[in-house]
Formats: sequence, C-alpha cells, structure tokens
Amino acid sequence: MAYVRDSEAPRLSAPIGSIGAYAWAKDKLFPTPLSALGTLAIAGLFLIIGWNLLDWAGIRAVWSAPDRELCAVDGTGACWPFVFAKFHQWIYGLYPFEQRWRVNIVYVLGIISLAGLLIPSQPAKNWNALFFFVIYPIIAFFLFYGGIFGLPVVETDYWGGLTLTLIIAVTGIVTSVPLGILLALGRQSTMPVVKTLSVVFIEGVRGVPFITVLFMASVMFPLFMPPGVNPDKLLKAIIGGSMFASAYMAEVVRGGLQAIPKGQYEAAQALGLSYWKMMRLIVMPQALKIVIPGIVNSFISLFQDTSLVTIIGLYDLLGIVQAGFNDAKWKSPQTGNTGYLALAVIYFIFCFSMSRYSQYIESRTNRGLKR
Amino acid sequence: MTKTEKDIPAVELNHVNKWYGQFHVLRDINLNVAKGERIVICGPSGSGKSTLIRCINRLEEHQQGDIVVDGIPLTGNLKNIDDVRREVGMVFQHFNLFPHLTILENLTLAPIWVRKTPKAVAEANAMKYLTRVKIPEQANKYPGQLSGGQQQRVAIARALCMNPKIMLFDEPTSALDPEMIKEVLEVMVDLAEGGMTMLCVTHEMAFARQVADRVIFMDEGQIVEENSPKEFFTNPQSPRTRKFLEQILH
Amino acid sequence: MSETPITPTSNTASGGSWFYNARLRGFVSQAVVLGLLAWSLYAIVSNTQINLQRLNQNFGFDFLNKAANFDILSSLISYSSSSNYGRALLVGFWNTLLVSASGILLATLIGFVGGVMRLSKNAVVSGAAAIYVDFVRSVPLLLQIFMWYALVLKPLPGPRQAFNFFNCIFISNRGIIAPRPEFGEGAIWALALLIVALIASYFLHNYAKQKQALTGERIPAGWLSLAMIVALPAVGLFLAGWPLSWDFPSLTGFNFSGGMTLIPEFLALLLALSVYTGTFITEIVRAGIQSVNKGQTEASQALGLESGQALRLVVIPQALRVIIPPLANQYLNLTKNSTLAIAIGFPDLVATGGTILNQSGKAIEIVMIWMVVYLSLSLGTSAFMNWYNSRMKLVTR
Repeated sequence: MAYVRDSEAPRLSAPIGSIGAYAWAKDKLFPTPLSALGTLAIAGLFLIIGWNLLDWAGIRAVWSAPDRELCAVDGTGACWPFVFAKFHQWIYGLYPFEQRWRVNIVYVLGIISLAGLLIPSQPAKNWNALFFFVIYPIIAFFLFYGGIFGLPVVETDYWGGLTLTLIIAVTGIVTSVPLGILLALGRQSTMPVVKTLSVVFIEGVRGVPFITVLFMASVMFPLFMPPGVNPDKLLKAIIGGSMFASAYMAEVVRGGLQAIPKGQYEAAQALGLSYWKMMRLIVMPQALKIVIPGIVNSFISLFQDTSLVTIIGLYDLLGIVQAGFNDAKWKSPQTGNTGYLALAVIYFIFCFSMSRYSQYIESRTNRGLKR
Repeated sequence: MTKTEKDIPAVELNHVNKWYGQFHVLRDINLNVAKGERIVICGPSGSGKSTLIRCINRLEEHQQGDIVVDGIPLTGNLKNIDDVRREVGMVFQHFNLFPHLTILENLTLAPIWVRKTPKAVAEANAMKYLTRVKIPEQANKYPGQLSGGQQQRVAIARALCMNPKIMLFDEPTSALDPEMIKEVLEVMVDLAEGGMTMLCVTHEMAFARQVADRVIFMDEGQIVEENSPKEFFTNPQSPRTRKFLEQILH
Repeated sequence: MSETPITPTSNTASGGSWFYNARLRGFVSQAVVLGLLAWSLYAIVSNTQINLQRLNQNFGFDFLNKAANFDILSSLISYSSSSNYGRALLVGFWNTLLVSASGILLATLIGFVGGVMRLSKNAVVSGAAAIYVDFVRSVPLLLQIFMWYALVLKPLPGPRQAFNFFNCIFISNRGIIAPRPEFGEGAIWALALLIVALIASYFLHNYAKQKQALTGERIPAGWLSLAMIVALPAVGLFLAGWPLSWDFPSLTGFNFSGGMTLIPEFLALLLALSVYTGTFITEIVRAGIQSVNKGQTEASQALGLESGQALRLVVIPQALRVIIPPLANQYLNLTKNSTLAIAIGFPDLVATGGTILNQSGKAIEIVMIWMVVYLSLSLGTSAFMNWYNSRMKLVTR
C-alpha cells in the first residue's frame, strides 16, 4: 500500500467552459432555465424603460423655446427650456439677481472647506473643522442676510431653492452633532435627572413624524415666546430640523460609543484622566471616526427630509420647482413631468455621491480595524 | 456479505482535478478507501486536504475525474448527491451546531426529517449516541451553554445519528482549547475501534499513529506520499514529507 | 502580629474639599439642571397663557364637539360636514391606519421579493434589486409621492375612457373603482364556517405534528388548511343561497357611481410608501439571511436535509431573529411617513388635524393629540421589539 510520488502532477489550466467570459455568463446569468428567464425578463424590462426614457427625454424633447408653445404641442417629450429658464431660480430662490455673488462666495468657501475635511489625506483637519463649524456659519449668515459692511439686507423670504435646502440641512447637521453628543452622553450618564431628560427628548422626538415636529416649531413655538416676538419662518424650520436631527444623531453617537471597548475607558481612568478629558482625548476621537458613515447617512436623510418644509410654506428646492409649474409662461402637459424628473436627477446625484462616500469611509475604517 | 459487496470500496477517487477559478487546487487525485479503513490526511495549509474531503460529500464540486461513494457516482445528479449525503457523516472544524435548537433537537432533526424516523425512536437513538460520547446530561441544553469540546462531541453524535457508513472529519480539534482536544480524540478512537470507515484531516499525529490504517501526505494539491503509520513516521520517503514531519513533530 | 481591622472611612471628604466630591458634584449639577428646566417651563407656560389670551383662545378640548364644516375626500366611516371636529379626527385616524396597514403589507411583499432577489447568484437579478434600492433611496419620499401622482395617476384616462377589466374593475384618473360586496341574510353562516375552518386548521396542525412524532410520516397540513379556509366559507355561502350581491360601479354622466373607489391620492401615497419602505426591507432581509453562518447550511446539507428543509428548519428561524426587530422599526417608519399625506391631499390624521388647526387655531391641543397617537405607536413598537428580543435570545452561558 505504500506510495511515493515520483513525478509532479502537471499544473493544468482550468478546462475551457469553467472559467472565462463564457463560464461567468453561464454561472451568473443563466445557471438554470428559470434563472435564465429572469435574466431575459429583467434585461428586457430595462431595455424598454431605457428606450422610452431616451425617447421622451431626448428624441422627442423640446430643447430650445422662448415659452410654452412648442412644449404644449401634442406628442412632444420633455420640456427642457423650462428647466433652463428656471434653473437659476432653483439654485438661488428669489434672491435678488445683483446680490447673488454673495451666495456664490458662500458656496465656494463651503466647498473648499468641505473638501479639506472630507478628503482623508488633506492636512490640518482640526483648523479646518474649526473654520467650517464655527467661523464659516457666521460669515455665511452675514453674507446671506447683509446689513453690515454696506451690504443691503435680503430678508429670509427671498432665500429659496437649493440654497435654502442646503442651509437647513447643513445647519441642521452642524448643530445636531454637538447636541447629539451631549444627548448621547446624557443618556449614558448615571445621574438620573440628566439621563431621564435625555431619554425623554430622544425617544419623544424620534417617536413622532418629522412633519409634526415642523408643525410644532412653526405653530406652537411662537406661543411659547414672549408676546410680540415672532421668530422668522426659516428660523423655526431650522430649529425643527436641528431638534429632529439631534435626536437621531444621539443614537448614531451612542452606537459609536458602544463600539469602543471597555478597556479604553479603563486605561484612560487608570492613567488619571478626568471624565471630560477622557471623553475629549480618548473616547470621542475614536467614536467619531466610527460614526462618520452614520453622520453622512443622517445628512442624506435630513437633506431629503428638508423637502417637507414646503408644507409649512418655505420654498426649498422641491417647493420652488413646484412653484415654477404655476408660471403661465411655461404651463404645458410636459412641464410638470420634466420638472419632477430633473429634480429626481439632482437629488439622485447628491444623495448617491454622498452614500458612496459614506461607504468609502466605512471601508477605510474597517480596513484599519481588520487584523 | 458476498465477496463482490465486500470488494466495493467505500470511497473511490480517480484522476480527480479541481480548480478555483484559475487556481489548480486538486491535481490528479487517486485514492481508494476500503470499507472499515481509517485514513488520516495531513499536509501544510493550502495543500487541498479539506477541499478533498469536502468533495466527497459534494460540499465542493470537482471539475474532472470520478468520485464514487459507496457505489454511488458523484455527479451533478441531485438524487445521487442526496443519497451520498445520507450515507456520509461530516464533522466540521467549527462544529456548526444549530444554536436555536437544543442538543437533543440537533441530533434528532435529520433522522426525523430525512429518514422519517418517529420522534420517540429518534430520541432514543440520540440518547444512545449522547451516552456514547459521554455527555447524556446535556441533552436539553443549548449549544451556547456547552464548552467547545462538548460541542464537538455533540457534533460527532449528530453525524452518527444518521447511521452513516463513512465519517469525514475536517480538522475536528483545530478550533479547540488544548485541554479539550483529548476528550474529542477519545471519542474518535472509540469510533475507529468500532469499525467505522473514517477519513480524517488532522494534525494530531499521535491519533494517526494509534488508529490509522494509512496516512496520506498532501502538498500543493497532490498526494505526495501514503503509507502505514509505522512506515510513514519512521521512514518517510519523499523529501517534502520529511520536511513537513520535521516541522510538526518538534 | 495582630492585624488591625481595616475600617471603611467615609467617602465624603471633610472641610473645603467638597468641590471634588463626585457625589456632591453630581447632586449639584442635577439640581442646577432641574432649576433651569423648571424656570424654562414656567416661562413657557406664562408666555403661552398671555399669548392665548391675546388671541382670544383658551386651552381645552371641548372644541372637538364643534361642527367641522369641511368635507373629507374619502372616509371609512360615515362623515359629513356637519359632523364635529372629533369625528373628523377619527376619520383621519382610520385613514392613517388604512394606508399604513396596506402599505405595510405591500412593502413587506416587495421587500421580501427584493431581498431574495438581492441574494440570487444571478448577477442580473441581484443587480436589478441593487439598482432598485440605490435609486429609490436617493430621491426624497415626498418627491416620489408627487411623481407617482403626476406621472402615473394623473395621465390615466378620464372615466369615460377608463381601462376596463371584465366590466367591473375600472382604472381611471379618478382612481381604481371596483364592485363593492354587500352581504345579505345568511352570509353570517359563511363567517361562522370561516371560523370553524380556522379552528379546524389549528387542530389539523396539531394532529399532523403528533402523527409525525409517532410514525415519521408527514401529511401536508399546510395545503389542507388552505383548502379548508377557502372551501368551507364558499360552501356556506352556497348553502345559504349565495346572499352575496355586488354593487357594480356604473358610468353615470362624467363619473362612476356605486362600487368602491380607491382615490388616486390614496394610491399615490400607498405606492410611494411601499416602494420606498420596500428598499429598507430588502436590505433587512438580505442582511438577515446573510447573518446566518454558511456553516449552518453546510452542516444541514452534510446531514442530508433538502435545501427546502434546511431553509425552513435551520436558516430562516435564525434569520428571523435578526430580521424582525428592524422590520418592526420600518413598519413604524412607514406609519410615520404616511403623514406626508397632507402634501397630496389624502385626509390622514395630520391632514385633517391641520385643517382643524387652521380653522380653529387650537394649535397646542391638535399637536398634543398627534404626539399622543404617534408616541403610543412608537412606544408600543419599542416594547414589542424588546419583548421579542428577550424571548428569542439564543441561550448562552
């Protein structure tokens, strides 16, 4: 029964039909007859949808027109001139034309600062964060509102469109991070008063629909103010959005805190660090890195939820597009469809990129943790 | 048993080749295992030994060559695969007990649903095997409540409850703490002495010396050497075998 | 050497080091927080009282008895503009339940199909499901509701050119209109037989389990129960002389009358909610099934279990543990999202409440009613999840 191999078995390449494009197709597209049917059905569906979309948005579409006439013709496709004409309104709202350079400065500053924060390899993140979260909002507010340095005042009623959406969403997230951290720490606290208050706030706000929070901020909140004080409509929406985002952010931060091993807390305490020092130097830096995907996801949600301010009378991106449908100059059967589709594309570009970024950061963090 | 039945090998592999994508993981494997024979397969990691035994109950598919188990050819034919799996029991490195079922339920699940055994009969059988692996008192506990050694013994009992003709072991003690390896090996020795056909992938050489009829050494997807344990350990022929034995028998 | 007993010294330091005493610090900070809270509450309450006085309002719930004076587009219970505010809110509440329950059913169906598709080895099938999830989640729900309404429901033909199915179901831009069943005398027997069928299925299942335990044989209890539940009530209806009449919709003038209507606002909300929530359920189902260790499937196969049995007995029980809590959460989210009804004019609880709020000015009371209703649903769901998790926990040391 003894056997000793005397020659190497040849290393053969895999048989034809088990690797390569044909094998991949057979394995992944047509493994069984039923599966093959599914492949064909879905591919067919996509082709039909894709063709119809191309036809409506490209071949039959109107590309250039001064008003609704060409768009109102039976059988035409998308009414692109409507989008082109209204696009600047979609971005700036009703902000006066001559003052739009102020908005542009805010955008440029924001993008540069954000790029510095988001790209992992960029240096000086702490200074950048200080600028973005503290200094930049003040600059932005004064640029938007005016009233100093001779800049004419532009009331918040004129702020609208994408700019308004971003104002509410960014302000909401920026305020929700510190508030959320405080709430999360409060929830974990051993002091019963602090813990109860935190839990009541978090569960109370998370348990009700966002729209009721907006109604509360918009209608109930003025009643709580001393008589005569009537807060600005935008401010009310921002307060509602921040409250809502903070409650959800508290849970995101809590997840991050729980992911820190108990040994880290113990080591910090053994070294003699006080509670706040431990949090600031050891726990929070680790926790925040873990929760960055969660923060980005919260931003995506808030960015989408901002569309609800249409219901309390603010003209965010969705609101202003819908307002454009009522313009007699552009009324046609296809105007609404074109507007909604363009809106969907804009939202998709923003949200999809953000979610991809969040996944990228998450995989980077996991790579660091994998042994 | 007639002479012809006795002669049918338990497991036959003829010119078996397997690829993972472009990687040729099993190269020209030829192996015949007789009924009642105990085989130990050893080799460095990545040599394909786990892949080899997993091909025997079709947890992995081979692309070239023939595998015949208890006279049943292993092909894409689903009925053949089911028949083979009923006759072949497997014990995994990570036990793979069902955590949501009690120990007793783990053992009776397959007999009830595959062999359509009445519940009382299946439970009596299960208790018999639990006693054989020396942990009858754990019958109503859940896997999460048992130690690693106990879980692996349950896994062996679970495979035995199907009354298999052949038992496959895929590194059964590699995931155990050192003090629990002995209790599992004792069960395996007991099983071998009862006449079960066994193929074991393991690094436990003392077990091989005590129980195996043949020791097979695999390296880089091929069978390099096979011999009786005595000859294998005292007189390894191939230089690769010698190198491997030096490394693990320090 | 005798040992001196170690006596515990008091934890509170004496003298001027009270500042460093942890307990005292905690106590003082909480007192400060409570004080701030009390002061703010006092300020809020007094401001509110002053403001309400100025607006000639008072706080109270008797406004619920006042006549509503507005119509509601679609209601499950009887309502007219002379009904009171309380009844209007009730109509809104039932509408919320209706759209939430139907949404939950539809979303679960879409989600489970999507989840299974996502796990398919077929690249096209799994890719299509992935595209569905990515696209639908990148567009705000409110926009999706508008799009369903504008792109799918409004372009439907008018009642005169409605899509016609067997002359009883019509789809037009006024909604889906179907015949309404009216049960006459004797239909109650059908209901009784249905209950009998349900009870009989229960006993059948018990019997089947015992038989399998005794002899190992399985009888197809599932199919038999299904057959009973369908057949017995039908037999009952037949024996009673078929007391089932249908109120068929008929085209009178420019619209349909009779039958029952699902208005396009309801349909748009339902479809948008289901498709949107379906994406989350897809991911939940996928994660749940993937959470079950591959070794479990391998062990089942090694034991000879068929793939259907392995799925039913080993994989799905473990997957359900991981699926059910986030699933309950999504059901709650769907219910909360149903409040977007106000944007397209479907009269749910928030929409009718909003109308009442505008008409009567009773902001605080209406908001309180909303909070109570939705918070009860949320807390109820949390309680259920906690109960479910503690019951289903895998037993470990």
